[in-house]
Amino acid sequence: MKSKRLNTLTNGVVKSNPTFRLVLGTCPTLAVTTQALNGLAMGAAVTFVLLCSNVMISLLKKLIPDRVRIPAYVVIIATFVTVVQMVMRKWMSPLYEALGVFLPLIVVNCIILARAEAFASCNPVLDSALDGLGMGFGFTLSLTFIGMVREFLGSGSFFGIPVGSLGNVSMSIFIMPAGGFLVYGTLMALVNYLTRLAEERKIRMGSHHEKGEKEAKQ
Amino acid sequence: MNLYFVIIIGSIFVNNFVLSQFLGICPFLGVSKKTNTALGMGFAVIFVMSIASVFTWLVNTYVLVKLGLEYMQTIAFILIIAALVQSVEIVIKKFSPSLYSALGVYLPLITTNCAVLGVALLNIEKSYDLIQSFLNGVFAGVGFTLAIVLLAGIRERIVPKNVPESFRGFPITLIAAAILSMAFSAFSGMFGIA
Repeated sequence: MKSKRLNTLTNGVVKSNPTFRLVLGTCPTLAVTTQALNGLAMGAAVTFVLLCSNVMISLLKKLIPDRVRIPAYVVIIATFVTVVQMVMRKWMSPLYEALGVFLPLIVVNCIILARAEAFASCNPVLDSALDGLGMGFGFTLSLTFIGMVREFLGSGSFFGIPVGSLGNVSMSIFIMPAGGFLVYGTLMALVNYLTRLAEERKIRMGSHHEKGEKEAKQ
Repeated sequence: MNLYFVIIIGSIFVNNFVLSQFLGICPFLGVSKKTNTALGMGFAVIFVMSIASVFTWLVNTYVLVKLGLEYMQTIAFILIIAALVQSVEIVIKKFSPSLYSALGVYLPLITTNCAVLGVALLNIEKSYDLIQSFLNGVFAGVGFTLAIVLLAGIRERIVPKNVPESFRGFPITLIAAAILSMAFSAFSGMFGIA
């Protein structure tokens, strides 16, 4: 039972990573990752909404009639997004400005509705919470990583701290829209390559080398 | 007049919703395998976006602002869009079966298309009036259609080619989108539109 719970938690981070494996929620993934910090903030906001909405929907799953479940889910999600918006506007206004329209657009982020429909609507509360946390964490990790790559190549800094005099020779294409598509596509190909490599090794070495596969994936 | 021209050119080319503002990426990647389906999706988006722009503007100006409920914007807008999509579906199913068979399958997908909610929120943020909001909705949809049809054309040509295995599917599509976006970035600054 305990290992099943752990699986629920790690599922979203590696095996069904929302960004690289499920390819969900691509708009914020491309839009806010010009800086690693923005990616991290967006990830945190999505994780909070995902966790709360999964818990709420799991609690209310018996009360919500099947035919109006999607509008009901959307209202629940929109409520939590509004909470995040209000909190960020009050206490984190630079980040609020940086994320701009993509903060209210968390409502239509397909990861959240997909997890509500596919997981929270038919699983107990604790599992749904773990699923939300895992998925959110996987999303945050991916966004922060894409942000790190784009920020490093595009403005020669690391979480806003300039790396030497790299800023003078940086390639600004990477913080432009085209660079977003480029970095995302290339990283996804890299993840595909590593996954295939790991699978081939698993076949060659027999299935009890799962630990090595996990390391190769990361 | 000049302002309308700026909105039209701006939302089709300079600030193309998909390629420079990253709105509506999910259908852009998901429904762009064939040019025909891409075109169908594009027309459905133009249709819903233009109506949604008008309705959300009216509700925001005459209900939310009047009652001081601006913080309810996100919730109100998503509900308006969902209800609108549902009613449009019912209406065209009843009155125009041929249009329904062309657009029907795309309509439910549009509720969760962030381009629609995005255009509604941006209209308010840029404080456009009713006509400007409507134009922005229509031509942002046209820009979306242009981008998705172009990408579908490229994808139709990529599929039979010998793409490296790791790049097959989404990665090569994203690379193609990157090149498309690079081409569109040449429009920036056209007619002095930032």
